[in-house]
Amino acid sequence: MEKGKGLARRWAVELPDASSSSPAVPDPPGFTRSAPDADDAAGARQRKDSEAAWKAQKAWEVAQAPFKNLMMMGFMMWMAGSTVHLFSIGITFSALWQPLNALRSVGKVFEPFKDPRVDTIAPKLLFIALNLAAMGLGIWKLNTLGLLPTNPSDWVSSLAPAREVEYAGGGLPLI
Amino acid sequence: MSSDVLTLSSGGTILRAWNLPDGLMIWETNLRTSTASNSQLHVMSNNKAARDNLVLVSAGRWIYAVSSIDGAISWEKEFSLDDLEIKRILQSPENDVVYALGLAGSSKLALYHLSAKTGEILKDIQESFPGGLCGKTVLGSDNVFVALDKARSSLLLIEFKGERISYNKVLVSDLVQDLSGSFELQSLSSDIISLQTSSSISLLKLKGTDGLEVLQRFDQPAAVSDSLPITEKEKAFAVVQHLGSEIEFIVKFTSDLSSEIIREKVNIDQNKGNVERVFLNSYIRTDKSHGFRALVVMEDHSLLLIQQGEVVWSRDDGLASIVDVTTSELPVEKDGVSVAGVEHNLFEWLKGHMLKLKGTLMLANADEVAAIQALRLKSSEKNKMTRDHNGFRKLLVVLTKAGKVMTLHTGDGRVIWSKLLPSLRASRFGGVPSALRIYQWQVPHHSVMRENPSVLVVGRTGAESSAPGVFSILDSYSGEELNSMKLDHSVFQIIPLTLKDSSEQRLYLILDSNSNAHLYPKSADTLNIFLHEMSNLYFYSVDIQANVIKGYSLQKSCDLNFGDDYCFSTKELWSIIFPSDSERIVISETRNMNEVVHTQAKTIGDHDVMYKYLSKNLVFVATLSPKAAGDIGSVLPEEASLVAYLIDAVTGRILHRVTHHGAQGPVHAVLSENWVVYHYFNLRAHRFEMAVIEIYDQSRADNKDVMKLILGKHNLSAPITSYARPEVAVKSQSYFFTHSVKAMAVTQTAKGITSKQLLIGTIGDQVLALDKRYLDPRRSVNPTQQEKEEGIIPLTDSLPIIPQSFVTHSHQVEALRGIVSIPAKLESTTLVFTYGVDLFYTQLAPSRTYDSLTDEFSYALLLITIAVLVAAIIVTWIWSEKKELGDKWR
Repeated sequence: MEKGKGLARRWAVELPDASSSSPAVPDPPGFTRSAPDADDAAGARQRKDSEAAWKAQKAWEVAQAPFKNLMMMGFMMWMAGSTVHLFSIGITFSALWQPLNALRSVGKVFEPFKDPRVDTIAPKLLFIALNLAAMGLGIWKLNTLGLLPTNPSDWVSSLAPAREVEYAGGGLPLI
Repeated sequence: MSSDVLTLSSGGTILRAWNLPDGLMIWETNLRTSTASNSQLHVMSNNKAARDNLVLVSAGRWIYAVSSIDGAISWEKEFSLDDLEIKRILQSPENDVVYALGLAGSSKLALYHLSAKTGEILKDIQESFPGGLCGKTVLGSDNVFVALDKARSSLLLIEFKGERISYNKVLVSDLVQDLSGSFELQSLSSDIISLQTSSSISLLKLKGTDGLEVLQRFDQPAAVSDSLPITEKEKAFAVVQHLGSEIEFIVKFTSDLSSEIIREKVNIDQNKGNVERVFLNSYIRTDKSHGFRALVVMEDHSLLLIQQGEVVWSRDDGLASIVDVTTSELPVEKDGVSVAGVEHNLFEWLKGHMLKLKGTLMLANADEVAAIQALRLKSSEKNKMTRDHNGFRKLLVVLTKAGKVMTLHTGDGRVIWSKLLPSLRASRFGGVPSALRIYQWQVPHHSVMRENPSVLVVGRTGAESSAPGVFSILDSYSGEELNSMKLDHSVFQIIPLTLKDSSEQRLYLILDSNSNAHLYPKSADTLNIFLHEMSNLYFYSVDIQANVIKGYSLQKSCDLNFGDDYCFSTKELWSIIFPSDSERIVISETRNMNEVVHTQAKTIGDHDVMYKYLSKNLVFVATLSPKAAGDIGSVLPEEASLVAYLIDAVTGRILHRVTHHGAQGPVHAVLSENWVVYHYFNLRAHRFEMAVIEIYDQSRADNKDVMKLILGKHNLSAPITSYARPEVAVKSQSYFFTHSVKAMAVTQTAKGITSKQLLIGTIGDQVLALDKRYLDPRRSVNPTQQEKEEGIIPLTDSLPIIPQSFVTHSHQVEALRGIVSIPAKLESTTLVFTYGVDLFYTQLAPSRTYDSLTDEFSYALLLITIAVLVAAIIVTWIWSEKKELGDKWR
């Protein structure tokens, strides 16, 4: 992928050189520049267009990939149940971790499809949205497991008893 | 008949015959006697060798004649004289007449001649004595009776055989010169009487009714045994007297008092006090002569067996009468310091190792195996004399009834030190000091770490509650008495305060019978601390006789002695008077002062919160209707009721009151955190019942906004005052319980996180650990899913008794009286000490040991696993390196 990209770029870089040199050296007689040039340019454009389309398509595909993931995660979570044990905790944390990882590397994922003619913003947004949805699912799962401090009990359960001002001792007299 | 033993028990109401060889009970007879009377047993000896002998039981005005074959009552006789108490039963040589000698009131002596066959009164003689009799009598000889007159100054020699009673008076001061205090009479043989005073013993010879003659005198504190028949005519008795640090054991025959059979000196521990009682026993030596051994009861209630000039064995039976228990930490382990005389010399060390080597090579014989076991035990981790990380090793400091303080190691229960407190030593004939309580006096922590902890023993110089108090402060490690003081006021109540002074000494408030409070320790520092807190200190007293609970506040300067800065007067603030015709106070319980509560909130299944009403001033009081205080079965359910109160001791406010109809005592209760559990008898259901009341604080219930809680905008940490109007919600429930209860306690842990267990001392002298979860008022028949998740057990009508939850296992703690739970440093674990006649100690983990690995955990396996994993990582890493290198070369 990397190498191919480099070659394509070298091509693109040498072209303007050729065009700039063309006025200096006259064309040989009987050589009509326009026809093959146009032909060639048309082919290249066509190729480029198809490549861009392919890139865009791929980008969309990549952007939609988390959806499948999402569905699978949902299924796994449903399978895991709502009690806290090793399996459900593992699933929940992977459900939280995967989207987080994906979000961190969102630039990297869409780098191959970087092209001035390809609009990667929309796929990127979709990708982010889907991953956020996956993360939301994970958090929701965490909540259903009761691991989120959303209840007053989570905040007061470790609160020490308040100090008492008065103290009264005594009781039955000693016998 | 010779192999039978007769016992009279239960206050003289049950007479039983036992077969001596195998302990079978042959028969049992119930006698109707008034329990207050002093009952006596007399077996008629029958010369005619008939099997049927009569057993005579006298109690108060009654005489019963019981057949020794089957226990049938042959006859019974009630004498008509008022206040008569039969003192002695004698028989005529012909066995057909029974003489019953009794005292009526304090001055009248009555003699009855009864027919042995029918119990008919053959003759009735009465005689009045002008000086009166004090009730203590002793039989001089066959027909002379020696009694003490009321003034305790003279002896009456009363001859009673014949037609009338004649007597002669002998002044005691004629016999014993330096007579001080009271004295005791004891008959040794038909004409020898011993007269014991607090400082001496005199042996007196009776010369008919003519008088008494002093034969011998022992001037040291001493004790004399009963006489023991050796041959047909000879009787032996023992005198044990103190000679400095030794005791002297003397055996004499009653026929010849001038000669001594045995005179031995025995070295004994000075901490055992004086000799209290001596019991003589004889054996036949190989040369057919009589040898003697004696069981000696010492002042601290310990037993010694003396034989051939040495103590054969001794037992600390004072431990059977523990009054109070406290604990002390062991010293911190220091390098190079061996604690409490655990001495090691090289030879011992080598010997020990040789023994162990033999043990491993299986060359040791039985004795050596035992020695190895003993060594192992001695050096075992749990028996060390130093503080351990988990706080399992502690010293149990116990105060016994005899006024002795003993320290037991929790590892193996050995006595580390014991000290008979001089201030609580009873002179045998004087006032009876009583040991009351033992407390921690100084528990050194951070700043005064180098000092030893000390304990405070509080006692009284007399039996009555107005007797002046005694303080004794002992070093917890050595038992040395650091300070002892006689207080100039009585000890009515002891209030340990939560305050400490700069040297970590705890402050105590002693209330005397005049309702004045005295502060201890007396120093300017403590006074400052106390005065600073005084306005917030209150006390309450529960008066069972007057049926009243009163609350007091403290005021500066007491009215008694103005110069005393440490004396404070009290002012009555409130009183709760119970109607005496319908309610009588039976029990008052409060929270353990040292209890630690982890949290004020209780989380319930739906993540909601309930705030516990946690107050140290909460008092549980139970009253019974006057009729219900008696025995079970003595009252109809309609007439019996129990009322349970929860009272705030500062303001006297009754927070909750609940009535149980048809309930009867005895009531036992335990209060902890925000709940109280009490045990009583349900007359309607004919079963014991346990009820639980949980009390919640409603004034804090609206602290439910998570955001406010996160930001700390709540009133949950604000100090609580009892004067704020409490809004409480109460939940309660009751359950049937199978056992009758002797004592109840609750487990205490270091931080109060671990769930609680109730420790119930059952009538079978066992301790049952019952999860508090079973006594949860939120239990219902069909708990919801959430409640099930929370761990609520479906409601059943009775509490389950799981055999495995008896913490005493198969042991019985004979005559169980108290259960103490002491927190260990490890949160999951609590130390439980149970005392009665037996002592029992164990460790409990109410929620299992969640914070430590069990003893069975294989550390070796863990280490091996780790080593194998590390090796595997290294090997695979080398492999991968090699492979990578190979790939690169390719």
